[in-house]
Amino acid sequence: MTQDAEIHFDRVSKSFPARDEDAEPFRAVDGLSLDIARGEMVALLGKTGCGKSTTFNLIAGLIEPSEGVVRVQGLDPFRDFNDLRGKIAVVFQNDRLLPWRTAIGNVELGLEMLDKSTLVRREMAQFWLARLGLAGHESDFPHALSGGMRQRVSIARAFATDASILLCDEPFSSLDEITGQRLREEFANLVRENGKTAVFITHSINEALQIGRRVIVMTRPAKVAYDVRLGADARTGADEIRSRIQEVLAA
Amino acid sequence: MPAAAKRPPSTLMRAVQVLAPFVLLGLLWQIASFNFPKYLFPSLVDVSAHIVGIFSSWTLFSEVLATVGRILAGLIGAFVGGAVIAAVMFRFSAADRFLAPILNFFQGIPALSWVVFAIIWFHGTEPRIFFIMTVTSLPAFTFQVLDALRGMSKDLVEMVMSLRPTRMKMLRAMILPSIFPDILTAWKVNLGNASRVVVVAELVGATGGIGYELLQQQQVFDMAGALAWTLQLVFFVLITQRIIAFIEQRAFRYRAVSERVL
Repeated sequence: MTQDAEIHFDRVSKSFPARDEDAEPFRAVDGLSLDIARGEMVALLGKTGCGKSTTFNLIAGLIEPSEGVVRVQGLDPFRDFNDLRGKIAVVFQNDRLLPWRTAIGNVELGLEMLDKSTLVRREMAQFWLARLGLAGHESDFPHALSGGMRQRVSIARAFATDASILLCDEPFSSLDEITGQRLREEFANLVRENGKTAVFITHSINEALQIGRRVIVMTRPAKVAYDVRLGADARTGADEIRSRIQEVLAA
Repeated sequence: MPAAAKRPPSTLMRAVQVLAPFVLLGLLWQIASFNFPKYLFPSLVDVSAHIVGIFSSWTLFSEVLATVGRILAGLIGAFVGGAVIAAVMFRFSAADRFLAPILNFFQGIPALSWVVFAIIWFHGTEPRIFFIMTVTSLPAFTFQVLDALRGMSKDLVEMVMSLRPTRMKMLRAMILPSIFPDILTAWKVNLGNASRVVVVAELVGATGGIGYELLQQQQVFDMAGALAWTLQLVFFVLITQRIIAFIEQRAFRYRAVSERVL
């Protein structure tokens, strides 16, 4: 494990029992080893069903590895679940807003878990909603918001807790191209401005190259097939990297 | 050209829509009272006189309150017990496998059998009726709460879990708001059932309450009295349903409403 690794995987495997008792367990992750340093923006890229989301859930501590070691800030995210409260924020593929809460109520959710006072919660939530262009929509329920607006609320919810690690599971894949592109740029800026460690799961090469400062390509079952750090100017060698990624994914 | 949005009905129109079936029912009854003997179809004037009599006499009205108290006590007991059992069944699959057949078995026992058992097992009227009300509603509450827990959105549960809540915060932020609509539905259903069971329980095992008063009316063949006492229970169910509907209207305003209905 490197000195400043924020996220550390050491020969991690994860199998799920097969539905049919006689069948072999399904191996979603197979001997995955990787380190992600503090402040890195990493895009985990892979085809659908390659185990990206399982890797994501392992980092979030929502599932336990079958083999190997996962460490987040030196802690086991599954066993030391509560010790990582407020340190990991998650943006899911769909917005996952609580339908019975207003936009501001949804943003306040993570802050409630951190026992922040009502005043602080309200101020923080209002700030992040305004930051994401949703001022005036605080009292709207999710059903009254568009898909893009709902996803903005979920991003505001993640940033409001000021967690140092951001996990994003294809958060813009369900949006139209223009909205997705705009949100992607805003999101990348926010991550940089706030100095977060971000792990961004995607199946789109363009998205990975746009957001990641490091791109990790995974093959099925989740294993690192290609790991590349992009230069200070992301366009340097972008075409070569793109070709290499395409080769790895096609293999 | 887009279709004009459908206007909601006015308060007066809604009142007419609610009252119209009752007016029609009353009219049919009144017509029947002109053509049949009084002990079969008494006039609505006689029935109304009995109703006023019940409302204006504390001794009689306290019988209504006793029945209402028994229904509510029984339902609260059944709900609390059912919710605890459902939580255990939801959390532990072994408990689910063990308890589900027992609850199914209990559901198969007729309410009247529980009345007989209660008379044999308990001495006082109140413990008997509380037992009957609780035991007849508990399995339904348990299964309804269990279904509500199982029906929680996995995505939303995972999202809240990713924030690493304490058990209490998970309960407050996710579980209770999520299952609340199903709990209200369960109350609506069980309230109707309980109002029927309480009459049977009081008829056989009590010396007071609406069920007991119905027995008295039956012994003197007073249909107007029987109807007046029955209506007390109906009023209670209607008032409680309105209260639940009001809570639903307030609590579920977050739900999207489609202009086009099925």
